[in-house]
Amino acid sequence: MTVTGTDLLLEATGVSKTYGAVVALKSASLAVRPGEVHALMGANGAGKSTLVKILTGAVHPDTGTIAVRGRERVVHSPAEARRGGLVSVYQEPALIPDLDIRSNLRLTETPIEPFRHWLRELGLVDLDLSSMARRVPLASLRIIDLARALAIEPDVLMLDEMTAALPANLTEKVLEVVGRLRGGDRSVIFISHRLIEIAAVCDRATVLREGETVGVVDVTEGSEERIVELMLGQAVEALSAQPEGAAGRQIPAGATPRLTVRGLSHGTKLHDASFELYPGEVLGVVALEGQGQDELFNILAGSERPSEGELLVDGSPVSFRHPADAIRAGLVYVAADRAEALLMQRSVRENIALPFTTRIRSWGPIDLSGERKRVDTAIATLQIDTRARGEVRRLSGGNQQKVTIARWVAGGVRTMLCFDPTRGIDIRTKSQIYVLLRDLAASGAAVLLYTSELKEVQLACDRAIVIFGGRVVAEIAVEDADEPALLRAAYNLRSDARMPEHLAAEAVAEADAAAEAAAEADR
Amino acid sequence: MSGVASAPSAPSARNPWLTATAWRRLFRDRPILPLLALLALLVALSELVRPGIVNPNWAGFILRTAVPLAILAGCQTLTMLTGGIDLSVGAVASGSGFLVATLVGDQGLAVAILAAVVVASLAGLLTGIGVGVFRVHPLIMTLGMGLVVFGLANWWQLVMVQTGGGTPDELRWIGSGSFMGIVPHSLLVFVPLALVILVGLRRTGYGRLLYAIGDNPVAARLSGARAWQVIVLLYVISAVMAAIAGFLVSGLTNVASVTLADSYVLPSVAAAVIGGTSIMGGRGGYGGTIVGALILTVIISLLSSLGYPEAVRQVLFGAIIVTVAAAYTRITAES
Amino acid sequence: MSAAAAAVDDARARPADAAMAFVRRNGWTLGLLAFLAVLLVYTRAIQPTYGVTGIQGLAISVLPLALASVGQAIVVISGGIDLSIGSMMALTSVVAASQMKGQGEEFGVGIVIAVLALGLLLGAINGSLVVLTRVPDIVVTLAMSFVWAGCALLVLKTPGGGAAVWLKELVKGSLVNEWVPKAAIALVIIVAVIWLPVQRSRLGLSLYAIGSNQLAAFRSGVSVGRTKLASYMLTGLFAALAGLSLTANTGIGTPVPGPYTLTSVAAVVLGGVSLAGGRGGVAGPIVAVVILQLLRSDMTFLNVNTNLATVANGVILIGVVMFGSLIQMRRARA
Repeated sequence: MTVTGTDLLLEATGVSKTYGAVVALKSASLAVRPGEVHALMGANGAGKSTLVKILTGAVHPDTGTIAVRGRERVVHSPAEARRGGLVSVYQEPALIPDLDIRSNLRLTETPIEPFRHWLRELGLVDLDLSSMARRVPLASLRIIDLARALAIEPDVLMLDEMTAALPANLTEKVLEVVGRLRGGDRSVIFISHRLIEIAAVCDRATVLREGETVGVVDVTEGSEERIVELMLGQAVEALSAQPEGAAGRQIPAGATPRLTVRGLSHGTKLHDASFELYPGEVLGVVALEGQGQDELFNILAGSERPSEGELLVDGSPVSFRHPADAIRAGLVYVAADRAEALLMQRSVRENIALPFTTRIRSWGPIDLSGERKRVDTAIATLQIDTRARGEVRRLSGGNQQKVTIARWVAGGVRTMLCFDPTRGIDIRTKSQIYVLLRDLAASGAAVLLYTSELKEVQLACDRAIVIFGGRVVAEIAVEDADEPALLRAAYNLRSDARMPEHLAAEAVAEADAAAEAAAEADR
Repeated sequence: MSGVASAPSAPSARNPWLTATAWRRLFRDRPILPLLALLALLVALSELVRPGIVNPNWAGFILRTAVPLAILAGCQTLTMLTGGIDLSVGAVASGSGFLVATLVGDQGLAVAILAAVVVASLAGLLTGIGVGVFRVHPLIMTLGMGLVVFGLANWWQLVMVQTGGGTPDELRWIGSGSFMGIVPHSLLVFVPLALVILVGLRRTGYGRLLYAIGDNPVAARLSGARAWQVIVLLYVISAVMAAIAGFLVSGLTNVASVTLADSYVLPSVAAAVIGGTSIMGGRGGYGGTIVGALILTVIISLLSSLGYPEAVRQVLFGAIIVTVAAAYTRITAES
Repeated sequence: MSAAAAAVDDARARPADAAMAFVRRNGWTLGLLAFLAVLLVYTRAIQPTYGVTGIQGLAISVLPLALASVGQAIVVISGGIDLSIGSMMALTSVVAASQMKGQGEEFGVGIVIAVLALGLLLGAINGSLVVLTRVPDIVVTLAMSFVWAGCALLVLKTPGGGAAVWLKELVKGSLVNEWVPKAAIALVIIVAVIWLPVQRSRLGLSLYAIGSNQLAAFRSGVSVGRTKLASYMLTGLFAALAGLSLTANTGIGTPVPGPYTLTSVAAVVLGGVSLAGGRGGVAGPIVAVVILQLLRSDMTFLNVNTNLATVANGVILIGVVMFGSLIQMRRARA
């Protein structure tokens, strides 16, 4: 098959972009045929987001051309890109919180009827258009954002990590709708870290590495290997290497749990959750989005207070009124959102040393050499690339996440609470983080790890608990914690049952209803 | 503005671009150097337009005038680092100076100063509680507190009308006197204060926390910092510094009035901004602020020595703030 | 509220629901109105003579600050702040007064139009500086407050000038009924003619959008820079209107800015506009201005020292904002 320039719906060639001294894109190219779903792949910092921003006019390239249906275009702004048929949907919904949905549609000049149609297709019925966006649950907002984009029938729809924070059931819906767009005369550019999704809906994949297009792959069975190879620029190692002495540690009988959670409840999200976390283990937490895991971690980290239930650390009851109390009790928290955890304009060193100076008695002069020693050790332990140590915001996403962990490692960890610490970071850093968590456990620390990537449970955890509807519904030994088993448990299906279509659909509906009801009641 | 920001496109030639990057980096990492250069330029300009004006006496005059401004700009620097601002410094400074002048006759200087500092701290404490505990926007809180202090000072003026003394000699000595007519006595107060702030911001846990809270309050909280403690203390410190500045201003002008330091408020913000402290928090320092205060003082003196009317001075003053702040933003912006 | 209209035009919504939604969305303003009513009754109780003249005096003295507060509200809603409003008022007021002095009545019309254009221009300069330099609004407008005040001094060194008779008549006295002061009508008409159409247009949505979430607005295709510029131009326009109302009230122009800038910020906050942007409207700030002015005149009547009245203003400002944030904290905790 020969593809000439005019057959292409979208063609970007020789696109480059530098920010000061940082090269975000060296020479990227992307060719999208009409009717295809095209994956854009690359490790963190490979330049995917920059390329999407350039295509939607949010960023202006230094060099390169962009042609839509064979005609060269210069897009100066998202508004212009929109008129030219290029529309993007991001992980963060682009809806204005203080406007109602109808005004949001007016703002983007979206026709209402097609919008309603796509909303129904995506499984969101009964949306009151006069409700403020601020009051709509986040997952629904993401769906609304997608429906809004679909409603204006763009030539090229870009989904930038759109599914990364969607609950599994909604992700399925999205994939289904995206899959149906195949074969028309419009196309979709699909960005996701999840190879499964790529395999499910994409026709071809363009792989970026260090700002360059390094290959275009036809997505077929087994092409994942090839994609990962291209992304890494070397043979696949990474995640398959399970650290020494990982799984299946036996908890000695009669040991005191580091952390005991008994009957913990919070609002309508968390009901009567109970479990134990022992020293020396990594305990996985698995849940669909919105099952109460956010609240659980917030309570353990001292950010929120439970309405009922008790917490015991090393057998004695504790109650946290502030994160400082949790930290004093040895519970430290690593957030998924690095923007929540880092002082972006400050140095790596100040970020790592931050917890040292928070208590009033440490407000005085700093012991600089002692601090340097602890910080340097932490940097070495986590292998942080400190070439841009002056300001954390200039580090890559993976390195930033390492800094948030290093902060606690530097102080000596007893109990670490990790909430999806590998969200949106590249494979190599992911595996480094898992190795680190294993090392921490090996040295006697207790680690509680929530991850949205089910297959990683077996790589890092000793056992896993599953939360559904705010309750701990299952505990699974690591040997049995393969993806299908976890997924069934996460949908609260019995482990011996297969998951027939209609049952799955029911579970989805149930989970949805629970989440929506919870969101409603919260307000 | 992240998404809206467009980087200045790189010229194709390699060398000039590298140089530009080097310059930008220099300005970003050592912002005080270009500020000093600007100061030197202004001094040179003064000499150029009024030959002979730059002499030790002139320098002494500039320093004497700049010291109270630099202290008040210190209030802005510290509060701006946390993403706040302190618009009550004018009222607090005036009120403190005025209180000392009215009390010194009956109570003696020490008691008068102590009383003024205590009153100022109380005002600062209330501001700090409003901002830190009740999360009132600092702009509003300090604005309201300024009104309260100003009103109370006026009321006090009516009460004390019969005993109203003048600025005590000691304050005149420290505010407007100088060694050999050159080195102002006010440096005796200012130098130790400035050293404490400069070192405190870099080398103490409290200083680090000011930056941390301004940069990312959520991160600071998750790391165990209780922001309200930091904020409450901060506004007390700021009020005490304002009181000290008020003493110096009343000594400098030999006037004690309830509106004495009002005209310093906006310039104090301007000095901190020119000195490179970001009003959004998390970035800046006191060194730049001191230079900023000197720059403003030299500009004002230059303009008045040229005989420009007040109107032109104000226009130029405003234009310079915008220009410097814009240059600053350009240089430090992460494009 | 930006989208109050949307609730009403929803075909499916029953009238009762719509009314409830209206009350919920405008709760703060309605509360202020209720407070104002109580305050009026109280005023009448302590000053039995308070009547037509009192209301007219109130309307006239409120007008400049009310217009300034509307201007401030617009820029705050779109996520900015304008600390140069007072100076712009001084500048437009002295330009109007100095040009009108000794000129014919018809000439005055031209002057008024020119001054309004000047307001737009001043706002445009403020806005372009904010957009182009990317310096925070608060810094730019603070600096520009010096510039505009300096310009005002260049135009008139001391208070002076004059005003066309028709301009003065425009805000003096009453119309239709002696209880309806002209100044209040002027305010309503100005807001109805300038702000309401804007609020209902896509520009209005964009103003709320950039104040609410700038990145989302940008991604929704809103031109952030242009919208911000528009918000400052509107603020400049309202500052010019406020300046003209000063000239109309006093018959002269005063080159030294009054306390309007900071008071307008206070009124905006009291009026339920979030300093974070995106929330609120212009009705709340107007009611807040009336309340503040009425409180002041009550205290004067009660022979409260004016200085203590200043203290009271500060305490009210702090108290109301603390109350608001307490409610928010409660809600967040519940």
